[in-house]
Amino acid sequence: MSVLPYVIAAWLFLIGCYGLATSRNLIHAVGCLAVCQSSTYVLLLAIGYRDGGTAPVFSDITPGSRPVVDPVVQALTLTDIVIGATVTALLLSLVIQVAKRHRTVDPDELSELRG
Amino acid sequence: MSVAQTLPLIVATPLFGAAVLVGAGRRLPRYAAEMLGCLFAAGAAALALYASAATPSSTARPVEWLGGWRPHGGASVGIVLVGDRIGLGLAALVSLLALAALAYAWRYFAEPPRRHAGSFPALVLLFQAGMCGFSLTGDLFNAFVFFELMGVVAYALTGYRVEEARAVQGALVFALVNSLGAYTTLLGIGLLYARTGELGLAQIGSALDAHPGGPDALVIASFVLVVTGLLVKAAAVPFHFWLADAHAVAPTPVCMLLSGVMVELGLYGTARVYWTVFAGPGGIPAPAAHRALLALGVLTAVLGAVMCWQQRHLKRLLAYSTIAHTGLFLVGLATLTPEGLGGVALYVLAHAGVKAALFACVGILLDRFGSVDELQLHGKGRELRWAGVLFGVGGLALAGLPPFGTALGKAVIEEAAGGWATALCVLVSAATGGAVLRAGARVFLGLGPVPESAATESRPADDAAAAEETTGKEEEPETRGGRLSRIPDSMLIVPTALLAAALAVGLDPALRTGIGRAADAFTDHAGYLTAVLYGRAAEPASTPPPHWTMAGVLGGLLATALATALALVAVRRPGRREPTRWATPLRRLHSGHVGDYVAWFLAGITLLAALIV
Repeated sequence: MSVLPYVIAAWLFLIGCYGLATSRNLIHAVGCLAVCQSSTYVLLLAIGYRDGGTAPVFSDITPGSRPVVDPVVQALTLTDIVIGATVTALLLSLVIQVAKRHRTVDPDELSELRG
Repeated sequence: MSVAQTLPLIVATPLFGAAVLVGAGRRLPRYAAEMLGCLFAAGAAALALYASAATPSSTARPVEWLGGWRPHGGASVGIVLVGDRIGLGLAALVSLLALAALAYAWRYFAEPPRRHAGSFPALVLLFQAGMCGFSLTGDLFNAFVFFELMGVVAYALTGYRVEEARAVQGALVFALVNSLGAYTTLLGIGLLYARTGELGLAQIGSALDAHPGGPDALVIASFVLVVTGLLVKAAAVPFHFWLADAHAVAPTPVCMLLSGVMVELGLYGTARVYWTVFAGPGGIPAPAAHRALLALGVLTAVLGAVMCWQQRHLKRLLAYSTIAHTGLFLVGLATLTPEGLGGVALYVLAHAGVKAALFACVGILLDRFGSVDELQLHGKGRELRWAGVLFGVGGLALAGLPPFGTALGKAVIEEAAGGWATALCVLVSAATGGAVLRAGARVFLGLGPVPESAATESRPADDAAAAEETTGKEEEPETRGGRLSRIPDSMLIVPTALLAAALAVGLDPALRTGIGRAADAFTDHAGYLTAVLYGRAAEPASTPPPHWTMAGVLGGLLATALATALALVAVRRPGRREPTRWATPLRRLHSGHVGDYVAWFLAGITLLAALIV
């Protein structure tokens, strides 16, 4: 198993953070957070990968006859996706409210909470 | 029903209550919805108290494998709830505080729109379920799920008043920073799973212990990543920026829960993960963990105290005081001893009562006068005698007046951490308590010269100064029909009871013994693993329980005297409309800009890794 998926996971996390730190649009920032989260999916799936493995469905293969990938990390990824959907939906609805109340989605112009 | 079988019920009761309120809340009148909310919160509190009282011996941990998936020979695939004494105590604290917040909110909010009567109690119950689950889980991935559950509900509760511009902004910053922290935790969990093939805390711990020797890069990276997310929740510097923004805008009953117990759960998670997973021979060496927690703790305490003293927005003042106290808790945890941990547990209990009571008093001011600005409220609180008394007593308790539990906890931490910690604790509690007392003297007694800005209309110069800080003028009251004309009894009874509870924490010797034993068991790495995986509990080494000492009483009295003196000196001078010059760079850091906070977050991860390596 190559090191590439792990490098991609790290890169996705860092590029997402970079986007969050420099974003000029809150919808873009929420998207960047989703990029950060997709790094967790890549990492989890990379951890569960087996060379030559197949899907862990035992209806058509005999258990032990050939390697399968780890189903636990896939379950974790699915849970993670559900959580991510909740968080993203909540964040986007908050952005809509920010846009309504402040008439902007530029974080540089939201300056009511300081010091 | 055995004690272990009550553990899932502690989480399920509020969850079920939330479901009932979401389903039936539309058809229920308001009082019925709120009564149901209180009932479910109280039910979970009763279960948690029963479970901690009925645990047969002081070292036993009730362990419940959900669905009956018990381990065989130390290997397991099931999900486990562990009723560790400290975790059970936290679940009880969470439930009692949720009950207090619901009771306080009874007459607090504006009449909800028709068909939405159950939404606030349902959210609070969901929040409670997430926090109880987080304190009781014995599984790292489930801890992440509960962490996110309480997070998502907390963001929603912070932005509960969606019609308000500031509320949605604060909630958004809170949500972005905390979610990012949660994802780093998940990355760390992934790395731990890659190394050990396990997700349970005890299983990961024993798998790491099977390979003793110094930690390698993967173990260090997973520790840093997991702990980062938890420290974001705990608001340790430099992950703390979201806290003041969120507290300034959240409805007051929500602030009571956020400051009183959610932030402390971040610390609990850090301690739990360290002791069960990383404290063994295959984990992080104690000196490295000590160094990292201590450095962050001192930074957090000092920065929180300085920022707290500078505030005139009362909710932000209390928020920064929470940050300062989190720093003291971290200093206590950094001792990595049962003594230090016992002190932190006592301090957290008493702090929850005191801080929630202070927020309750500020909520009364907000709803009576539509402002939380210390200068604008000058002298207005004279008519609210009882609220003033409560606020003053709360300030003294925060400064550490014996025999409040805050003083006892602080004294125990001082003793466990050594001489220099005494100086730190005294200064930090004098500054935070002093800031509260100063605000109380101005608002409730009308001491000191009347600030100009209160007498005259705001001028351009005033606006320029205000651009650097959040003042809290012209906040929207949260009660029905604008400002309250009379303070409902429930809003005064709740803070009174909370302060009485904080006093009882300092006075009850049985509680001290119980917490001492619980701390012994909590810091027993091997004991936790064998209890969860094999069902055997060995007696941990017994240390003397936390107790009052002469030095501790004197330290508490000294801090209280200093706080009073600071408050009196500050009150004599006219209230500044401009922030002090030396603190301006520090205040500029707290810009309310989410991009800056993310940059600090990355710097914080780097700092944490540097401290561990």
